[in-house]
Amino acid sequence: MGDPGYLIGNLVVLAVILVGIGMFSRPNAARFGNLAIALALICALGVEVARNPLNAPLLVLAALAVGSLGGLAAAKKVNMTQIPALVGFQNGAGGLASCLVSLVQLTREPQTLDRVGVVAAVAAMIVGAVTFSGSMVASGKLAGLLRQKPVALPGHRWILLVVSIVLLAAAFGATSVSDSGPTWPAIAVVLFALLLGLVFSARVGGADMPVLISLLNAFSGLSAGICGVVVKSQVLTACGATVAASGLILTYAMCRAMNRNVWAIVWPAAPAAVPESAPDGGQDLPSETVPSDQAVETPAPPSDPFPQAAEVLQAAGKIIVIPGYGMALAHAQIGTVGLANRLVKMGKDVKFAVHPLAGRMPGHMHVLLAEADVDPDMLFDLNEVNSEFAATDVALIVGACDVVNPAAASVEGTPISGMPILAAQDAARVIVCNLDARPGYSGVENLLYRQEKTLLLLGDAQETMSRLLNAIS
Amino acid sequence: MNEAFVLAGVFLVTFAVGIFLIVRVPPRLHTPLMSLTNAISGITVLGALLLFAAEGNALQRGLAAIAVVMGAFNLVGGFAVTSRMLGFFKKKATASDD
Repeated sequence: MGDPGYLIGNLVVLAVILVGIGMFSRPNAARFGNLAIALALICALGVEVARNPLNAPLLVLAALAVGSLGGLAAAKKVNMTQIPALVGFQNGAGGLASCLVSLVQLTREPQTLDRVGVVAAVAAMIVGAVTFSGSMVASGKLAGLLRQKPVALPGHRWILLVVSIVLLAAAFGATSVSDSGPTWPAIAVVLFALLLGLVFSARVGGADMPVLISLLNAFSGLSAGICGVVVKSQVLTACGATVAASGLILTYAMCRAMNRNVWAIVWPAAPAAVPESAPDGGQDLPSETVPSDQAVETPAPPSDPFPQAAEVLQAAGKIIVIPGYGMALAHAQIGTVGLANRLVKMGKDVKFAVHPLAGRMPGHMHVLLAEADVDPDMLFDLNEVNSEFAATDVALIVGACDVVNPAAASVEGTPISGMPILAAQDAARVIVCNLDARPGYSGVENLLYRQEKTLLLLGDAQETMSRLLNAIS
Repeated sequence: MNEAFVLAGVFLVTFAVGIFLIVRVPPRLHTPLMSLTNAISGITVLGALLLFAAEGNALQRGLAAIAVVMGAFNLVGGFAVTSRMLGFFKKKATASDD
């Protein structure tokens, strides 16, 4: 530990990580930052292994190979619609790793940890296990393996409270047994922490996922940071702190975008306002449209609005496209970008307006559109573009509902009241390409649909996009 | 005890500098950012490897091996997927984004 070369090495690794993250302020530099951090961490690992000869090197190598190859395969295969599920899984994997490392350190005989180490180990186990089970639920919901509807048990808050109290008692037991390995309290801590994560995460529904996934990201960083205290590694502690900082900022950004505090999402007072009208499907797919098998329920519009929509688009000079998660559900990204590019070729000013909540994790819509090869210069965030709607001929909404609902500003007391929205209602005409005209995830009826200037093109967005493209060509 | 204070200091300083740097990351890079931070937290694999530097019974070995798998998955997978995502942004951004 006292070795000055080793200390300097650690400082260099820290510096590279921080500078690398700093590079994420610009898209082009970000690639270099990513690479630099990867190399720095691999060097840090190499140094640590060289300093501490490992027992069972074959087992270590095999475990490293399995993890690395699995990671590479997942990274290669995943598409951008699935990326929140992968990130959710990774949050959980990080939490589990920290939890297990701390558990093994704590239950070692004879005990090698000092007092601080024991407390840190129990803390890392709690945070790590909560992160793991919470993330598995979140990831399952995001991957469509679990239903996205929030699951509220009877007396949900009481259950959370009781589990938390039992967990604290077990933690107290685990930290106070000092001589022999405190195995049973430690296992109880892990089990109750797992249960806590499960109950807590089950309560959060699909459209609140951006907050949950950011919060779990912060937790996974926190658990890694505390785990660094357990194994006395400055690099691990610093890495954990960076991740926790990032997760916290993203959580804050997402809460601000919803105009809610994080407490309201993880500790909701009453079951969220989820309408009961559609017992299956529909409402558990948030803010946007639902997959095509629901289309039959939609009443047919009075006359075919497509020719009129095509006319409006052809006559327009300035168009703002508002994509929502419904677009991704319908796999309509490529069609939407294609239509936008076509409109640009026709000489029109076309922009994409991206709401921070237009997806399942922070920044999700940007990567979805980037994968569909959009020109990044056409993408604008809410603050950059919102004042331009008044001078816009057409707001073209694709699979978005709550994020354009004027009720957020004009009606008090709804789940979306006060949420910043994209001001599509200020545009001269509005074209809505959603699957149906039902309310979005919030359950609040979209006032935009009733306005005279609005044209509803209901149905599968992928099909709508190709029909529109044909109609204007 | 002394060492614990140093580590707490490391945590706080990195956390503060991290906040300072990360508020500057534009929303369009938030997904790659989160994916990058997951890769960074994969360095828990270091803690898991250190478990193998000491003696342990079969169960502890097994748990430590799971921790190594998880850490390596995050570390390698995280950097790989972040790099892939940033590649999507690169195509046309070359001239315009700085």
